[in-house]
Parts: sequence; structure tokens; C-alpha cells
Amino acid sequence: MKRIYVREEWCLGCHLCEYECAFACSGEKNMVHALKGKSIHPRIRVEDGTGIHFAVNCRHCTDMPCVKGCIAGALSRDEHGMVVIDKNKCVGCYTCVTLCPYGAIMPDGEGKAAQKCMLCTDNGLTEPNCVKHCPNNAIVFEDRG
Amino acid sequence: MNYVLIGNSTAATYAIEGIRSVDKEGSITVISEESCPAYGKPLISYYLYGKVDTAHLDYRTPAFYERMGVTLMLGEKATKIDAKKRTVLLASGKKVPYDKLLVATGSRPFLPPMEGLDRVEEKFTFMTMEDARALEQALSPQKKVLIVGAGLIGLKCLEGILDRVGGVTVVDTAPRILPSILDEEGALIVQRFLEERGVTFLLGDAAASLEARCAHLKSGKSVEFDILVVAAGVRPNVELVKEAGGDVNRGIAVNDRQETSIENVYAAGDNCESYDLAAKETRILAILPNAAQQGLVAGCCMAGGNAHFAGGIPVNAIGFFGLHVATAGVYVGESYVERSGNSYKKLFYSDNVLKGYILVDKIERAGIYTSLIRDMVPLDSIDFERVKHDPVLMAFPRETRIEKLSGGRR
Repeated sequence: MKRIYVREEWCLGCHLCEYECAFACSGEKNMVHALKGKSIHPRIRVEDGTGIHFAVNCRHCTDMPCVKGCIAGALSRDEHGMVVIDKNKCVGCYTCVTLCPYGAIMPDGEGKAAQKCMLCTDNGLTEPNCVKHCPNNAIVFEDRG
Repeated sequence: MNYVLIGNSTAATYAIEGIRSVDKEGSITVISEESCPAYGKPLISYYLYGKVDTAHLDYRTPAFYERMGVTLMLGEKATKIDAKKRTVLLASGKKVPYDKLLVATGSRPFLPPMEGLDRVEEKFTFMTMEDARALEQALSPQKKVLIVGAGLIGLKCLEGILDRVGGVTVVDTAPRILPSILDEEGALIVQRFLEERGVTFLLGDAAASLEARCAHLKSGKSVEFDILVVAAGVRPNVELVKEAGGDVNRGIAVNDRQETSIENVYAAGDNCESYDLAAKETRILAILPNAAQQGLVAGCCMAGGNAHFAGGIPVNAIGFFGLHVATAGVYVGESYVERSGNSYKKLFYSDNVLKGYILVDKIERAGIYTSLIRDMVPLDSIDFERVKHDPVLMAFPRETRIEKLSGGRR
């Protein structure tokens, strides 16, 4: 399946992916309306170091510790291999947060359920918005088998 | 091949997946004492709290069982394993033959000896959905509740019912709440937070005797109540295996393929032991992720596949009214502490590895700490000073980061 890969040597640390993620997940049509004056809760997060930056989101790993630890059966792997969350089932216990070795699943903005990257399939987009808008191709979407 | 699973919770569900990852043909029968479909056991408190409704309780969809070709025998209690005849006997008189058997019977509430318990009319334990529904029937805004046990089960029950009753008192013999996962300081933060919501804690004390609506404590205090909930720990359901001649210590003894000492009989979940990678000892690790992992390995091995469960570490996530707590590992060695208001972080490390953590109101990215403990990552191979403050992938060497985030390719 196609996954998101991050190329840290190309990341400028501009955090645009975070805004594009939050925008894509907002359901709004206008970015300013969606984000201006609001605290954003993107599912991709940029880590900043001294001269090093990179974005982190769900790796859709094959171990799936989040899925195996989910007390509600809210997390699962779909037929393509993507790890998905059913927010209607999630009770916000955050066991998944304690199990993800990438730190890529997190409480949502309301603090009531967990959220994670679903490659923008839940937003009706044809490709992940972070990938589409990364100015430096530091985030790519590829099928590497 | 004829697979029979006793129990229908996390370990059994993952065993079904494990079996089907190897064998698409064999028959799978699940025997469950409970008459409802599988649900995540910890959901029962969220059900009372109103965070999940009946429509969303199912651990797996009905389509899952159809797709997996599983025959469910619900409301049936297994009473005996006849290992020679490879048959499970049920209380209903039925006999279920097996080629490979999984015992995933979990645990049951422990009832400490309390004189007069039989005099209490409205008394409950809190392990199953049936328990939760029975308790729910008894709840009313006028009633006072006494919970015996300030552990994970007792306090999640507390969260579930606090806003639906007239008051809750919690008594525990331990000097602090959540003694299995929190240290004194962490426990005090959570205790005060709950006390601010009106909960009364009586710690280092115990109900010595009970009247119909009053508990007399060892300290001499008396607590009046309408409803009693006993959440004083659990005992593993080992009897089926023990009586069939299998090795049992505190829990059912299994090897790393989840095989018991009885041929063709496997065990997984809260009823059996596993290796605690952090404590470096074999014990019962009664947490849901462990049950899932063990069930998967058991299922795979039952079907002739090759899988091993190398062990796990205790990891717990628990929250009360929005205050979230995450803990893992063992609390030994040197420690690093951060505190601010209700937020508290304590990391434990020794011998160049992270051994454990306690995080209160500061759980973000806790899984990075968990992975350091589980994988026993040498702390001198990462930027541990950075990790102490923030669990970040930046602290790993460049090669490791590229492996994690770019599949090893630049």
C-alpha cells in the first residue's frame, strides 16, 4: 500500500503540513475560516531540533500495537493495510497513546477520543494533504511494497 | 482441524485471527459463559459513564465471525477438559471435541472475607457487562455507594457511577490509591483531583464487618451505604487446566508458544503467566494488549504456524474525568521528575535502560517511552537528556530516525 515517508534532509521545519492537515481534517472549505484564531490539532506533527526537522504521523506499521491494545475495538486495519480509527467507538482511554512507538496517535482537539492519520481517506481527498502541500517534497506518498 | 476456544474476550478474538492467518479451513468454535457478543472488558465503566452506548460495544462486527467461519456457543459454561479424549464438557451436558484447545478464561473478582457480606442486599462486583448492567439498575441519585478497592477496577467503576449516585466512598487496605501503578506522589494528585469532585477515600483501612447498609471498618469508623461494590482484586481462572493436570503457578504456566503442559491445550490472556521484560520475571501481566498478543501467538501456533511471545511489560492508561494517567514498566533505579500543578512525570532508569514511567496529565507520545522500556534501548545510544523532557524521535540517531520514518531510505 502507499504510505507516507518523510525525508528529513529536505524538511525546512515550516510546519505547513500541520496546518494543511488541520485544514483537511476540519471539513471547512476555506483555510482561513478553518484555522484563523484557533488552536490546531493536526495528526501530523513536526519535530524541531538544531538544524534538523521532520514530520511524524502514523506509519501504518504491521505490528499495530495501537490496534492490539485498543480496549474498544475502535482501531483496526482495513483491507488495504491502513490503520483506521472509528471515532464512534473510541472512548478516549488513550491506551493507544501509551503503545505507539512513534508517538503518532494522540488525543483529539476535544480531548474525547484519539486521532490519527488516515492518509486523508476520511476527508474525501485523493492524496494526503500534507504531501500535496509540502513545498520541498520532504513528505512523500509512495508504494514501496 | 477442529479448534475450540474457551472464553470470548481479547485473547480469544486474537486467537481467531491467529488461527486464520495460517489455516483458512479448520472449524473454530468459541465457548463463552457470557451470552452477549465479545466486548472490550474495560468498556464497562465507559458504558456507565455514558461514553459508549450499546450499539458501539461490539469488539468485532458480526461480519467478522462470518468471515472467520466461527461458531459461537454463547451462554455455555465449560466445566471440564478431558485431555485424553480431547473433549470439553459443558455445564449444559454438551461435549465439545477438539483437536487444539485454547483456554482464554480470564479472571474473576476476588471477594475478600468480610463478615456479614451475605446481609448486604445491593452488592456487586465489576468485571463483566452483566455486572455493569446489574449495577446500573441499582443506581439512583439518592443512593450512597461504598467501593471496596481503590485499584484500577474500583476507580474506573467510581468514574462510571459518580455522577449518577448521591455519593461515593472508597476504602482500601493500601495507603494510597492505584497502588499497583502509582507512587505516593502520583497517587496523591489523582486522589485530590477525585476528592475535589466529592469522593471520600478511606485508605489504609478495610471493611471488617458489614450490616445491610453499613460497613464497620478496622479503624473503628462506620460507613453507611446503599450499594456495595467489591473491587478488591482478581483471581485468574486456572481451574480447568489445573484439574486436567496442567501446570499452574499463580497463573497457568505456558511456554513462548502459549502451550500449557497439556498436549494440544494452549492458554492466553489474564489467566496465564508471561515474562515481564522490565521486571525480568515470570508473572501474570493482566493487561489487554498482552492478552491480544498472547492470543495471536496461541492461535498461530495452534494452526501449526511459527510464532513466539517473548514477553511484555506492564502498560496502563487510565483516566478520570479528563485527568489522564499513563504508566509502564517497573519503578526501580534512578529517577527523573517533573511536576507542575496536576501534571507529574517520573521516569525510572538503571543499567543504561529506561525501566518505567509514571505520567499524570502529561501522556502525549508516552508510547515512545514505552518502546524504550520494551526494546531496552541503551540510553547512551540516544539523547536521553532530551527524551527526559520530551518523548521525541529526534533523540534517536539519524539512522534510526530514517529507519522509523522513511523505511530506511533517504
